[in-house]
Amino acid sequence: MRRKGVNYSKFGYIFTFPFVLAFLIFSLYPILYTAVIGFTDMQGLIPKPIHIMDNPFQNFKDLLFDNVSFRKSLINTGLLWIVNFIPQIVLALLLTAWFTNKRLNIKGQGAFKVLLYMPNIITAGTIAVLFSTLFAYPMGPINSIFDMLGWSDAPIFFLQDKTTARGIVAFIQFWMWYGNTMIILVAGVMGINPALFESAAIDGANGFQTFFRITLPSLRTILLFTLITSMIGGLTMFDIPQLFLAGGPDDSTLTTSMFIYGQAFKGSYMYNRAAAASMIMFVIAAILSGLVFYLMRDRDAGRMKKAEKNFKKSAKAAAVREV
Amino acid sequence: MDHNYKNGTVTRKINKTIIYIVCIFLAVLSILPFWIMFVNATRSTAEIQSGLSLLPSTHMMSNLRVLLDKSFDPIQGFLNSFIISSSATILTVYFSSLAAYGLVTYDWKLRKPFFTFILCVMMIPSQASAIGFYQFMYKIHWTNSFLPLILPAIAAPAVVFFMRQYLLATLSIEIVEAARVDGSGEFKTFNRIILPLMMPAVATQAIFAFVANWNNLFMPLILLTQKEKYTMPVMVSLLRGDIYKTEFGSIYMGLALTALPLFVVYFLLSRYIIAGVALGGVKE
Repeated sequence: MRRKGVNYSKFGYIFTFPFVLAFLIFSLYPILYTAVIGFTDMQGLIPKPIHIMDNPFQNFKDLLFDNVSFRKSLINTGLLWIVNFIPQIVLALLLTAWFTNKRLNIKGQGAFKVLLYMPNIITAGTIAVLFSTLFAYPMGPINSIFDMLGWSDAPIFFLQDKTTARGIVAFIQFWMWYGNTMIILVAGVMGINPALFESAAIDGANGFQTFFRITLPSLRTILLFTLITSMIGGLTMFDIPQLFLAGGPDDSTLTTSMFIYGQAFKGSYMYNRAAAASMIMFVIAAILSGLVFYLMRDRDAGRMKKAEKNFKKSAKAAAVREV
Repeated sequence: MDHNYKNGTVTRKINKTIIYIVCIFLAVLSILPFWIMFVNATRSTAEIQSGLSLLPSTHMMSNLRVLLDKSFDPIQGFLNSFIISSSATILTVYFSSLAAYGLVTYDWKLRKPFFTFILCVMMIPSQASAIGFYQFMYKIHWTNSFLPLILPAIAAPAVVFFMRQYLLATLSIEIVEAARVDGSGEFKTFNRIILPLMMPAVATQAIFAFVANWNNLFMPLILLTQKEKYTMPVMVSLLRGDIYKTEFGSIYMGLALTALPLFVVYFLLSRYIIAGVALGGVKE
């Protein structure tokens, strides 16, 4: 194919080699190692030789059936993700619809985008500590605001209540990420063929119809991307809950990542249990990603392919018959 | 007819007013916490406890003194974070561009499987391998070293993916062939011709890699136990500790110091960052 008969294909391997090497050493090996540790009795600060337990699935069984804290952490992680993702995607879609509507022609979009995205850039740890200070009891900025607006007579101890604490963590996540989601969606809408909108306008579609019949279906790939990245991010949620309340009150904001960190690195050195928990998390991530891909798969494309195949088959059959 | 038309514009005006109010409210919501943070960094603890103020006071220096007296060393933290983030960023963008170029330009047998592999790797949460990674680093005595925070940056699947999309859209194979005719080696072609062509993509990905590394808390928290190695986010976690319990002024000061560099970078580069988020998200 290439002129002069020089074969360059080996450079494909050479150029991707550093990536593969770094992946093997720093990702694949640690993942396999983690998986193995999950089956061992590795505990304590002093390293011991690896010893697979007589009952290899003991750690997994203990975690899933006997460990209240772990189950709670899974539920919390799911809950915190759902409670922050639904308002996040709804608000992002709403803002997208407003910002991309040419008839509305919203001024100062650039400034709004810059400001709404801003929380995303600041270190999550800083934001977590900031919010815990803002909600301080008995006197903190939020309590002052409530007092000024006459919403409360006595200072409220926000961070003692489980629901409020969870709500605030979910709110911080929402607040940090909706700007990001909005920018991605706006870019997605800009990428849609303008002719589609024009023909919808000619056909007399109103704003709602255009949005639900044209904008949303065209955004499917981007929504899939947002959903998956947000899901993986939600599953590994760590910085905010860790530095906000360190999992409290009463484990109500304990996430799976924090559970893993707590088991292995906060003085108890239960590496085997932490490793087993990591593997459970890994499997959940894989299942969820697979599920989302399956649900959001391009059904039309699949049907087209099938139809094409059938057509070819019958054509072939016809050809054979003719001969 | 005329009446109808008027009605339409009136509704649109009302709608637009509502939209502007919502947007302004959201913008204020984005700014307010940080504003309170910067203002409170200049107020004494007594002032902070007496109520909210949106105007700065005069206790900046005393807050700073209290903060620095208690093992909080923002300059060291800044330096550590900077070394780690900039090295990791350089590795990420260079090797990802290289891999993406290899993926786009050459016709090799494993090209498609490699691409699928990258897509799968993107879905792996980094915490899933943390225990094994820590044990591994412990064994080769790399804890309290910056290397385990820098070297893994060579394999950044999401960046390879992005660079591939960019190259597919912009690279014409004629350039590479012309370089070959002129006697340029493959590596030289990449370094001298392709990499400069990729600069717009490299710049946006560099910003994101830098911010992500700068903000990373989990890995440094696990790996770094010596105070003089702490990065900025790990230092923030100190502010939650008991030593600052009643020193609200200096807590805000510490937070403001960790956020300030990012604010400066953000407002200088916000246009590119926004464009980068947009580009990075729209993957087909």
